[in-house]
Amino acid sequence: MTINELQLALPEIFVLSMACVVLLADLFISDERRGLTHLLAVLTLVFATILTLRVMLPPGEVLYAFSGTFIRDRFGDVLKVFSYIILAGVFVYAKHYLRQFNLFKGEFYTLSLFALLGIMVMISAGNMITIYLGLELLALSTYALVALDRDSRFGSEAAMKYFILGSLASGLLLYGMSLIYGATGSLDLATISAALGDGMGDSMLLTFGLVFVVIGIAFKLGAVPFHMWVPDVYHGAPLAITLFISSVPKLAGLALAIRLLDNGLIGLHGDWQGMLVVLAALSLVLGNVIAIAQTNIKRMLAYSTISHMGFMLMGILAGTPEGYAAAMFYAIAYAITSAGAFAVVIMMSIDGREADQIDDYKGLARRNPWQAFLMLMMLFSLAGIPVFIGFFAKWQVIAAALQAGFVGLSVLAVLAAVAGAFYYLRIVKLMYFDEPDQEAPVSAPVDFRAVLTINGVAVLALGVFSGGLISLCVSAFV
Amino acid sequence: MPILEIVFYLFSTVLIGSALSVVTVGNPVHAALFLVLSFFSAACIWLLLQAEFLAIVLVLVYVGAVMVLFLFVVMMLDVSAVRPRGGFAAYLPVGLLVALIMAVQMFLVIWTRGLETQLMPEPRPEGYSHTSEIGRLLYTDYLYAFEIAAVILLVAIIAAIALTHRRRPGTKSQDPGQQVRIIREERVRLVKMSPDGEEN
Repeated sequence: MTINELQLALPEIFVLSMACVVLLADLFISDERRGLTHLLAVLTLVFATILTLRVMLPPGEVLYAFSGTFIRDRFGDVLKVFSYIILAGVFVYAKHYLRQFNLFKGEFYTLSLFALLGIMVMISAGNMITIYLGLELLALSTYALVALDRDSRFGSEAAMKYFILGSLASGLLLYGMSLIYGATGSLDLATISAALGDGMGDSMLLTFGLVFVVIGIAFKLGAVPFHMWVPDVYHGAPLAITLFISSVPKLAGLALAIRLLDNGLIGLHGDWQGMLVVLAALSLVLGNVIAIAQTNIKRMLAYSTISHMGFMLMGILAGTPEGYAAAMFYAIAYAITSAGAFAVVIMMSIDGREADQIDDYKGLARRNPWQAFLMLMMLFSLAGIPVFIGFFAKWQVIAAALQAGFVGLSVLAVLAAVAGAFYYLRIVKLMYFDEPDQEAPVSAPVDFRAVLTINGVAVLALGVFSGGLISLCVSAFV
Repeated sequence: MPILEIVFYLFSTVLIGSALSVVTVGNPVHAALFLVLSFFSAACIWLLLQAEFLAIVLVLVYVGAVMVLFLFVVMMLDVSAVRPRGGFAAYLPVGLLVALIMAVQMFLVIWTRGLETQLMPEPRPEGYSHTSEIGRLLYTDYLYAFEIAAVILLVAIIAAIALTHRRRPGTKSQDPGQQVRIIREERVRLVKMSPDGEEN
């Protein structure tokens, strides 16, 4: 190990050190001055962004460190920078919510930073061990975050379900990895890829291992039929945590899939492509159809997540650089939009009650026109209506799937998107055309409103000028 | 080497059987003891694979330390045996059907493609030490993974404390710091008394 290797991992080292600093500093900060913890956490993200951007690698260059367990490449750098930015937004949104619901504690920031570290480890993992450890770091922090409101019955139940199902999925993933190790004799993704290229390894063992690995990935993404935890966890967790789970970890899920399936197991592309087609088709249909029946907006957005993961899988299953770039664009677009949508739900939650019924959105346009307009933009983007970022994301993945020859799946995706538009537009109709049940104006602190406005503008601007972000994603897979 | 295979299947059967018992028996003490048995069988399988260091560590750490702690906690908490929840029999046919289908599918795959795996590792040369080999790998090639494992343990501690530690208002407790720092005037009040018993 040389000093250069440590330098490559500087963002990880920095985030880890700062998570420990936040953990310790929070002990000496009184409850009234908890804002300091918040500030420290946001500053961590700002400096992490600078550290990552400082040595942004040119497209196509890949550097390895720590005997190949750590990879530094453009794909990782771009995903990491977006993780920092989105998490910073999540922190600002969450602060308002946590204050109102008496959950404003330092643990939220510590655990979120550790979860971010897990995400970063997964994003730049070059070895199955590192992937697994990053995943566990993220998962453990998330389980604890879901149970953060200890007096909430729903929160504890959701955390329990998440923990048990998550452990099962981790076990399956680990089992798959061990079978692949048994077949190829290596845990290193590059070595596995080379071994598969040479036609090495027992094909039966490999297929068995691959099935378990795909199940593990599908569970972590929440793709049908491994989606059962998503609605319950989204519903039971405190809103701020739901906001977190629905945004940044999706980027980690993408990295998990691409590192394992592309960097390691591209030799089995024919095998995993078929599995992903089934997962994508089921997620698209089930997610969108069941979301229509939901009256709770958290559950509705949970089912919408499931369908969006189906779209993302369409990009991955193509197995081409264009497909991966499309999936990456989709994940980033979804994370940004979902964070904005949940932020509006947080803003609506006043007097210690989460505004999680869709009827709460009746007549929002009269109570707070700007907020209603921002929500409209987020929902239009999620539905995939042109000009907004979500439209271009869907366009890209469907184009990638078409190029790979999946015409039927693409038609299904378009139909599912049309069905999905119904429940997004229903909220828009409630906001603009129904009489409000209550007249109390909706408001939030100025930093919250500022970030929400930036978020809304980003959803629009990244859609109108989507070329820049798309070429950034494409450059990650040169 | 049929004898090794027989021993392998023997320990595997014990391992699977005891692991199933962990989740099916009602008495928590019995469940913990079954867990000990399953760890022990796993250690024996590792010994068969010539991974003697891992096998011994498994017995020392899990059986020796972790499970004893488990038993202590179970016995101190005085958890009574719980009756298994109803509905097991109702779901059994469906569960068995699914299990059967999966087993048949797996067998079909194995049957058509054939199982050609090497069961045993190459014998190591004399003087080969697993302990030093694992130590070397852990602190060189897998240093990064090792550090992350440490962070996971830290998160486990933070999560456990964050979820269980609460400061209850109104609990009576002593602060030794305060007790030590006390001065005489706070504890003893000197009262001047006149001989006839009146305070003046």
